[in-house]
Parts: sequence; structure tokens; C-alpha cells
Amino acid sequence: MDKRLERILPRVQKPARYTGGEYNQIIKDKAAVDIRLAFCFPDTYEIGMSNLGMSILYHTMNSLDFVWCERVFAPWGDMFEEMNRAGLPLYALESGDSLDQFDALAFSVGYEMAYTTVLDMLHMAGLPLRSEDRPGLLPLVFAGGSAAVNAEPMADFMDLFVIGEGEEMDNELLCLLHRAKQEGWTKKAFLTQAAQIPGVYVPSLYEIQYQPDGTLARITPKDGAPEKVTKRIVQDFDNAPFPTSPIVPSTEVVHDRVNLELFRGCVRGCRFCQAGHIYRPIRSKKPETLIRQGIECLKNTGHQDVTLLSLSTSDYRYLNQLCDGMLEYCESRSIGLSLPSLRADNFSMELMQKLQKVRKSGLTFAVEGGSQRLRDAINKNVTEEDLLHTCAIAFAGGWNNVKLYYMLGLPTETDEDIVGIAEMANQVLHCWRQNAANKNRGVKITISTSCFIPKPHSPFQWEAQISKEEYLRRVELLRSSITARNVTYNWHDAETSVIEAALSRGDRKLSAVIEEVWKNGGRLEAWSDYFNYQRWLDAFETCGLDLDFYASRERGEDELLPWDMIDVGVRKAHLLHERQQCYASALSPDCRKQCSACGAARLLKGGKCDG
Amino acid sequence: MDKLRLRFEKTGRAVYISHLDLMQTMQRAFARADYALKYSEGFNPHPQISILLPLSVGAASRCELMDFKLKTDVDLKSLPQRLSAVLPEGIVVTDCYESQRKVAQLKYLCIQGVFEYDTREPAPMAAALEAFFAQPEIVINKKTKRGFGESDIKPAIRELAFAPGDAAVTLEAVISAQEPTLNPELLAEALRQKAPELAPDFARFTRIETYDANMEIYR
Repeated sequence: MDKRLERILPRVQKPARYTGGEYNQIIKDKAAVDIRLAFCFPDTYEIGMSNLGMSILYHTMNSLDFVWCERVFAPWGDMFEEMNRAGLPLYALESGDSLDQFDALAFSVGYEMAYTTVLDMLHMAGLPLRSEDRPGLLPLVFAGGSAAVNAEPMADFMDLFVIGEGEEMDNELLCLLHRAKQEGWTKKAFLTQAAQIPGVYVPSLYEIQYQPDGTLARITPKDGAPEKVTKRIVQDFDNAPFPTSPIVPSTEVVHDRVNLELFRGCVRGCRFCQAGHIYRPIRSKKPETLIRQGIECLKNTGHQDVTLLSLSTSDYRYLNQLCDGMLEYCESRSIGLSLPSLRADNFSMELMQKLQKVRKSGLTFAVEGGSQRLRDAINKNVTEEDLLHTCAIAFAGGWNNVKLYYMLGLPTETDEDIVGIAEMANQVLHCWRQNAANKNRGVKITISTSCFIPKPHSPFQWEAQISKEEYLRRVELLRSSITARNVTYNWHDAETSVIEAALSRGDRKLSAVIEEVWKNGGRLEAWSDYFNYQRWLDAFETCGLDLDFYASRERGEDELLPWDMIDVGVRKAHLLHERQQCYASALSPDCRKQCSACGAARLLKGGKCDG
Repeated sequence: MDKLRLRFEKTGRAVYISHLDLMQTMQRAFARADYALKYSEGFNPHPQISILLPLSVGAASRCELMDFKLKTDVDLKSLPQRLSAVLPEGIVVTDCYESQRKVAQLKYLCIQGVFEYDTREPAPMAAALEAFFAQPEIVINKKTKRGFGESDIKPAIRELAFAPGDAAVTLEAVISAQEPTLNPELLAEALRQKAPELAPDFARFTRIETYDANMEIYR
């Protein structure tokens, strides 16, 4: 271990997150590999080690024998300061080697608020931030993850982006890099060639021109780069590589458990939801595959918990079969099985009772909107009747803790809708009084609201975000409408949402703003401990850009959008149609009832969408 | 099997695994090696494992002891190897047996220390360090459960010797493990408080062996 590191570690909180050495980490002989890859997660160890995508790609990239992929996370503030003071550069956990010994840095970016942390990690690695300031082929700096569906705010920093699912694409890219390194290609030659790999977006090969009003005028691809970069998907998801020997952290992380991914995509089509659109088409794993992988994972990790992951787990066709199969293994071993997301409309008590056999937790429902009209407008197909019916069963079954999630600021929302949230909580309370198995234990109903953020590639990508002041007015309206003692109200702050809104639909000019915020100390801004709203306002001003132009401006339907060179499968015409349905408060059927021909299925070669 | 004891080493990168995280790590390793730990009964069942002397984060050990219970009878001879194979880097099980002796009989620990001096010559330090620790009492300020308090660490030191090495001074000592417990880090802390000119720039410690009150090896 580096002597400087050895002296720092006793002084920082939770040092085990900075040492590596965990069970199932992959160690290779560095003399025997040609490409050393630093897989960088722009957040803390505890968050990154909970990320299933990171775990999958760590194993797929390490399956290449010429590659050694190692993990790098962002240090927490105390460690960051100690490293700076000691002059210790950022290092990878497996080998402990500093990043200047690596051939490539790959960033997994799932959240816009991590952008400044990406810059900070580049800086801690001793690299120039901007792609144009790194003239050599190596190290290649690239990024992927769900935030890459609008790559533009980070376009100046990255050499390239991988759009969509990385299991196959990342390895194709690394094979090309291997060849380029051996044959001594220039960076330019490599990037031109890489742009031919489906799913690879090389921002420097696209010229962006603007209108006088600041909107985009033209996107011009160069050097044979494709006009549209189409997102990559794994065609055969059931047979997709899945690590059954994931790394077992030696210290507590956020999701310390075995994760099973039931399916990708979502049948629901909620209009505010980016994930529900960008992960289409829907592809499922067979229950027997999942049971086999789940048991192998449990055996290889010794974890005491399994979670069934997907965007809407109760929509998995074989959920009962899967739960029965897993419980058969789990129950005798005191292993807990949990579902992170449930819908109020097809919630099964039988299922909940099965899960309860091992451990019991509270119920959480994402209701999103306070009235039926609004829920229809956003295509959140949940009725008050469904919710109350489900609550009645749950209360009768002994549950006494319900959380209800809503968004404020959704398109078409009125004050009546907001007051409706408080009324709904009263209904739930009334329902508890009527059905509770044991009233002496009391009930806890929690309402949480966040501020709606319009996201690219969703039907609401053209919408304006409400202002911070308006969000706070709506929060106050809701707060004053809640009268019952047993109802608690939590609201997220609006300032982060405003910045997130600007970044998620930003263009390339925002690179300067992100860099300015980083220069003024911005890092780990996904954490309220470190987020500083004023720093962002100042950076927008310094760069001569208008925050409102990005956050709270409605886009014209014929406007060229910064992410229009990215094709995620779902057609723009479908998104527009869905937006119009919203203003008509009209529901669209879910994919299982009737295919909406959204366009994502054309990404499947021969396969069928499981919608 | 109810009264089982494990002896293991914790060195290298594993020294940064905290006591609580180590319990979790051990629990998972037992599951990976397919040994069924016995759980407590009651509302919130937990595996019945206990580490005899919790080790500070950053300190190494070649003599950790952990008591545990298993649901079934197993071959104890093959257990150390089977468990070591599924433990993280730096944790190695050296022995497993049915414990005969009570935890309270564990009295002393033999420890080694390495005191690093960056700018000062380490060779002349050894004698000065021994002289410092030869004082009849060494009262230092120490964090206690109720804030800070004065405490004499001298009675907890049974034997102590320093030897000059390359760029460092090595310490070998026998200190009290229980009643009173002496954290070896306090040896360096005493220097920082009472004799800063002797205080090392960095010190690391390793537990070597466990003893009873008669200085017989404790197992």
C-alpha cells in the first residue's frame, strides 16, 4: 500500500471503502494485460457498489483477457482533502495504482448531479478536463449510463459516449482500442473508427450550430459519423451475461444484497418517466434463469437479502413462480426477499404475505398525482379505488406504515389536484380506521413530494419546469391542507431540481457552466451536504447563460433538441402523441393491453417485445 | 456445535475493516462456505458470533479469537481452510476448536509496533523511548465514555522493549488486554502528549499472541 495512503486512512471516516481487497474482486497480472481500464463511478463507494449496472459491466469487461477493469469511486470530503494535502492522486481499488497508469477511464453516469464529480475525478487523476486538451490516444476517456441519452452538457469533456446497454458494446469498443494501441493509431483515427460501432457517439464529430435565440439550428455529423446514433440493447436478455459472483463489500453499502433484474423496459408508459421510455423494448428473463442466478449469487456472496429489480416488478409475468422458487431456497436460510417497487393496482396480498414470512417492511406507493384527472393526464394508471382497496387489505393484514409519493409541478396540475393529495391521505387514514387489525398500534402515513423535472426522450421533454417559487407555493398549499395528525409530509428541496432540469435538457454550452462550478469547489453535488445553489447561479452568470432558458422554458414542438442525434428507439412522433394525450387527459393503454407501436421494438432483431 | 472458537489473522488491506463490518463479513463467509451458523431466538434473530477482543481499525493481528455456534456438527480440521478460501484478502483462519476457557481468562496481549520517523534518526530513539516508558507512572488525557479524563497507562504495560530498525524503531510489548484494556495506539499518544520529541510520525501495531494471567498462551 502507498505509504501516503497508509497514513491518511486512520484519519478518515470508514476507511474500508478506500482500500479494495473485497471478496470476489478481480485481480489480474498487470504485465499480462494490454488494456488497463479504470471504471469510474462519480459518487461514493457506498452508492457505486450498490449499482447493478456497474457490477454487470465490471464482469463483462473483465471477461476480455487483454483487459483488466478496476473500480474507482469518488472520495468523500474528508478523504478528498487528505488526498489533496498528501498529493495522492486518484487510484484504482484492485491494484492501488494511480490512474496515470491506465489506458482508459470509463465513467458510469446515471445522474446529472454527478457531472461535477466526473470533472473532479479527471482532475484527481491528473488529466486535463477537456477532450481537446488530451491529444494522445491514451488514456481514452468515455462515459455511458442513463444520463448519456443527452450527452451534450458533458460533450466537451468526453472522447466518446456509449449509448444504451453496455454488455456487448463496451467490449467491442475495448477490442478496437486494443488494436489502435497496438498499431499506434492517432486519437482522431480511433474516434472516427469508433463512431462506426453502433451505439457509440463521438461528440467531436458533430458540429452544432445555433439560432440567434440560443436554440439549435443544425447538427452536422462529420467524417462518416452516423446522423443518428441508435441506442444499443442486449438482444437476448435471458442469456445476457450476469455476474453470479459479484464483489461482496467488506463495509456497509446502500443496497447490501443480491440484485436480480427481472426485465428491462416498462409496459406502463407514464408520461413523465424517462426510464420507462429509454429502456424499451421490454425484455424479460425466464423465472428459472432468475432462480438459478439468484441461488448462485447467494451461494457465492453469503448475502442475507435478495431484491427483485425492475421498473415495475409487479408487472413481471411470472412473479409468483419466481417468488415461490426463491422462497423455497431463502426461507430455511433466513434470507429475506424484497420487492422495491409495487403498484397499487395489481398488488397481490398473497404475494405480500409470502414475502412477509421472512421479513416485514412498510408499503410504498408512487401515486404521483393528487386527482384522477391528473393521473390520467400523466398516464399513471392508478385509481383511488385501487389504492384504497390495496390499503384495506394491507391494514387488515397488519401493516400500519404507508408511504405515498407524489410530484408537484406536473403539466396541467391545478391547486385542486394538490389539495386532492391531502384528501387522499385522509381517505387512507379513514380506510385504516375501518380495516386495521390492531388499532392500538396506530398508523403512520407519509406523503412525499418532489418537483417534477422534464426529461429528454420522455413525452414531457418539451415541458417547462415550474419555478422554484411556484414549487414552494404548492408545497405550502399542500402543507396547509394536511390536517390529520397521523399524516407526515416531507418535501424535496427545489433548488437541486432546478439545476437537474437545466442539466438534463442542456446543450453543449453547459460544459462551461459545469466546469465553472467545479472550479469553484463543486463536487459530490448529488449530496445535499455539498450542493450549493448559489454556485450554480453564479456559474450561469459568469458564462453568460440563462438558467431559465434551460430549466423553465417550454420547447417548441418543431425545435431541434440538443439530444436529437440520439435515437433511443421510441420515436419522437410517439412522444408527441403522448404529450397531446396528456392535454386531453386521455389514458393510453399499457403495452400488454395494446401495443402503441412506440418504435422501440424495431431495435430487436427478430425478437419480440415482451410488452 | 455450541462452543466453537476460531483463531484468525487480520492483516494487509483487511486491517481497515471495522469490528461491526468484520462480524458481517464473517457471517457471509460462513454462508459461502456452507456452514450454518446458529441464530439467536426471539423477535430479531441474529447469528451467535462474538469476537473476544475487538480490534481497532488500522491495527493488524495474528491472534484474533471469535466464538460461534453452528446448527450441525462439522469437521473442525478442514474448517480453517474452507473458511479462509472464501474470506476477503488479509483474513486467514489458522485454527478452529471447541473452546475450553472463559473469555475472562484472557489477560495479556503480546504486540509489535513499528514507529516511523521521517526526519529524525531512529537509531538513538530506542533507548530514549525505553527510558520514557520506564517512568513509574504515565498519566495521559484519554477519551472515555464520559468525555475526556486522566488515566495512567503504566499499570497496563507488563513488558516493553524497543529496537532500532531501518528508518523505524520496532516495539515489542506485553500489555493488559482486559481490566484494564490498553489500546496500543495510546503508547504513541502518550509520546505525543508527554514527549513530542520522541513521538513517531506514524505508528502501526500488530497483535501477536494472547496470554492468560500466568503468561501461559491462551487459546
